[in-house]
Amino acid sequence: MKVGIVRFPGSNCDEDALHAVVDFLGETAVMLWHKDHDLHGADVVILPGGFSYGDYLRAGAIARFSPIMQEVAAHAAHGGPVIGICNGFQIACEAGLLPGALLRNAGSYVSMPVIIRTERTDTSFTGASSVGQLLRMPIAHGEGRFTADEATLDQLEANGQIVFRYVDAHGNATPESNPNGAMRNIAGVTNVGRNVVGLMPHPERAMDRALGSQDGVVLFESLLVAANV
Amino acid sequence: MTAVPRPGDPVITPALVAEHGLTQDEYQRLERMLGRTPTFTELGIISALWSEHCSYKHSRPILKTLPTTAPYVLQGPGENAGVIAIGDGLAVAFKIESHNHPSAVEPYQGAATGVGGILRDVFTMGARPIAMLNSLRFGSLDTPRVRYLVGGVVKGIGDYGNCVGIPTVAGDVMFDAAYEGNPLVNAMCVGILREEELIRAKAEGVGNTIMAVGARTGRDGIHGASFASEDLSHETDAKRPRVQVGDPFTEKLLLEATLELIGSGHVVAIQDMGAAGLTSSSAEMAERGEVGVVIDTLKVPVREEGMTPYEILLSESQERMLVVVTRGREDEVRKILTKWDLTAEVIGEVIADPVYRVVEGDRVVAEFPGTRLVTDCPQYHPEAKESDAIIALRNRDVHAVPERAEERDPAWTLTRLLESPTIASKLWIHRQYDSTVRANTLVGPGAGDAAVVRVQGTRKALALKTDCNGRYVYLEPRTGGRIAVAEAARNVACVGGRPMAITNCLNFGNPKRPDIFWQFKEAVGGMAEACTLLGTPVTGGNVSLYNESPIGAVYPTPVIGMVGLVDDIDHATRMTFSAVGDSIVLLGEPTNELGASEYLAWIHGLVAGAPPRCDLVKERALIEVLLESIRGGHARSAHDCSEGGLAVALAECAMSNREFMFGANIDLSTWKKLPLRALLFGEAQGRAIISTSAPAAVLAIAAHHGVPAQTIGTVQSAAHGLHIVVGDCTFDIPLGGLSEAYHEAIPRAMRRAPAETVSSELAAGVLS
Repeated sequence: MKVGIVRFPGSNCDEDALHAVVDFLGETAVMLWHKDHDLHGADVVILPGGFSYGDYLRAGAIARFSPIMQEVAAHAAHGGPVIGICNGFQIACEAGLLPGALLRNAGSYVSMPVIIRTERTDTSFTGASSVGQLLRMPIAHGEGRFTADEATLDQLEANGQIVFRYVDAHGNATPESNPNGAMRNIAGVTNVGRNVVGLMPHPERAMDRALGSQDGVVLFESLLVAANV
Repeated sequence: MTAVPRPGDPVITPALVAEHGLTQDEYQRLERMLGRTPTFTELGIISALWSEHCSYKHSRPILKTLPTTAPYVLQGPGENAGVIAIGDGLAVAFKIESHNHPSAVEPYQGAATGVGGILRDVFTMGARPIAMLNSLRFGSLDTPRVRYLVGGVVKGIGDYGNCVGIPTVAGDVMFDAAYEGNPLVNAMCVGILREEELIRAKAEGVGNTIMAVGARTGRDGIHGASFASEDLSHETDAKRPRVQVGDPFTEKLLLEATLELIGSGHVVAIQDMGAAGLTSSSAEMAERGEVGVVIDTLKVPVREEGMTPYEILLSESQERMLVVVTRGREDEVRKILTKWDLTAEVIGEVIADPVYRVVEGDRVVAEFPGTRLVTDCPQYHPEAKESDAIIALRNRDVHAVPERAEERDPAWTLTRLLESPTIASKLWIHRQYDSTVRANTLVGPGAGDAAVVRVQGTRKALALKTDCNGRYVYLEPRTGGRIAVAEAARNVACVGGRPMAITNCLNFGNPKRPDIFWQFKEAVGGMAEACTLLGTPVTGGNVSLYNESPIGAVYPTPVIGMVGLVDDIDHATRMTFSAVGDSIVLLGEPTNELGASEYLAWIHGLVAGAPPRCDLVKERALIEVLLESIRGGHARSAHDCSEGGLAVALAECAMSNREFMFGANIDLSTWKKLPLRALLFGEAQGRAIISTSAPAAVLAIAAHHGVPAQTIGTVQSAAHGLHIVVGDCTFDIPLGGLSEAYHEAIPRAMRRAPAETVSSELAAGVLS
């Protein structure tokens, strides 16, 4: 499997994603430059975390106009897996690859470990996980409050497009376990085709027991199934 | 060539000279150096270069007494950052710097640009930044303005570091009325490089090109260096334009572009345009290389029309670098910068004439003979004399201070101490910093006595900590200076790191006051003793004087930024208990010392008594015991005893990790003859608490190194609480109240008045 990791100006989790794919998954990865029109044959595209273009307007609002995003959108349209993590999630929403929007947190910027619950396993990023599985990993963001109108939220529920929710240690989606005020405790969603997945938490920072959690591994392993190579 | 005044330049008058902060003697020295009256531009240049901030004119002779060498020190003081080798061909670049005065008037931008500046100091050495630390000092959280400062500073640090993507992993934060009018904001950055990639800021090679890289130059921050070199006053608010504005996005691009540039081999030297901007970066690079330079201000990319050479030279616009490029490689350099959407313009040249020359097209606007513009500054040896008032405070018999009635129950005292913001959990702050980006943070903020950050691609890690108890230094500077170093070293050892070297940020008051200069001299003397004995040389740092406001000087606060090396990531050790049944071993011994303690300050409102003694030989032995125990796999946790003493340290081991709390049975009867409050809350040095499943092994290691050690209890479940026996007395303290006090104190205080509601106060004037 070849994973392409897009490097926008201001991306800062690009190397962590590379590290996760190459050193922990043992797969190949290639950095994709935002000014290019070439995915270099990547089977999977990761939109990494960071502050693309400084996020001075609205997180992800400028990055969606990068030349590379045309190729990413085409890849997604053909059913190719695209994973947006943190700022990458924001970019995917801004680019219309995923439903909803990520607004400023209910509180301030928040960096802490959270627990998320896998809701669906029929997506490109959760095929190796199991429904109800609790995963511990860090979040670090100021604009992660998932928001959509009620009708859209109901439709997402009905379509099974909600992939992860913030939960407590017992697996319950409580207000206390919601770190940013996200509607219905949503931490990650997918598109109708199930090939594009976005989430605010950082699985690439949870690949190693030494760092306190390797719960991100199961998500990255899911890419192998999705890439079908 | 001789510089001539530009049309419209103000006439040089004694008033103008005074406005530039030069004394009569300094001005005469400048005239002698030039052999004529300086131009306005020259006066501006010298005003910046000879400011305390750039010239170290009061501190340099004292700084020379610090040890700076070890076989592994690759770069000592005098560069953008210090560098030490850590084996495998890898090296660590690190440096700490203050941004106190900007943060006092504009906390958000002041702190943010402090982070930006120290990041640039590290990546200009060719190192990739991997961790940030912050040492912060504020007044009382009861004051709305202090809460405004805390909120702004923390957000400024977070927004900048988070955006650039460097984890903020550790630091120290203390609160005391002494910092009310003049907070301290010290930022430290640590980076990793391959030894062969080390690059220095030394202009070389006559004919080589000088380029300005990064952001354009605007009118912001003009005279920031001079502003940092005077006391804060009621007029300070009018100087807010001297505070620069940061852009972390540009910084991130500059970081990547710079590392790519250094990797390309096209550049000879790089320096951040920090304090005094283009002036100091060009003058310092020329001086290090012992070459002349010529700069043309017309070629500097500017943000605004009509900027004069004076303004261009003294602007402190952020995210800019000065680069010496091998002649003929300018286009390659431009290409790399363009890739990152940044500009690079040729603005000057390295020349054979030993002069520092600034031209504006055809006109010479400044020209100084020689290449030692910075060190030709006068040096001062001010009078040093200890204040009688402080001697009296130190000599006070603190044991005679009557106990408060509530203190009959030590649980009350312990709970109050855990509420002291200096001791209480700093999670409210840490949560605003991304501490996990780069995926190498093994022990993050608040989890251990120091942070542990893995060196990617190796089994090694760095142990990092900043420290300084200014109250100790205030009451006895030499002891306080020693303790600052010893405690930082102890903290680094507690997480499994061998203390290697330090950077320091010396925050003091006005050096022209004999009592302040005495503090400075003595504190640096104490640091030098500790650094020598503990084998941790000083590789650089920063001096910040004139930290005074109308209420007086801050506590003398020489902040130590310690770097330690953890041999194997498996040695990374946290501070909290982790298994029921483990033995709790106290290394070192309680004493009857109570002076200068947090207990006296917080419970009795008293800053008095002598700080605890600091026996450096014992500290060194304790470090060996900690490292040997950890490396042998015997220590499940390690935590030193510092502010709040033994009782606070034990409580922290039990409940500072709110998710996984543990109780403990503790028996301190061995020391039942000590005054109870000294035993529980005294701050005797050279102590640490280890939890272990192999107490015999730890005791044997301690005995081998001559460190007193005793098993004082066992770890219990959280429901058991803290059960402490001292002779005939028994105290049962449930964890709930302790945890509530410790974890909620700062969030509760910060909820009292959101920063926004205090802005009217800001508008009303900084200290009125």
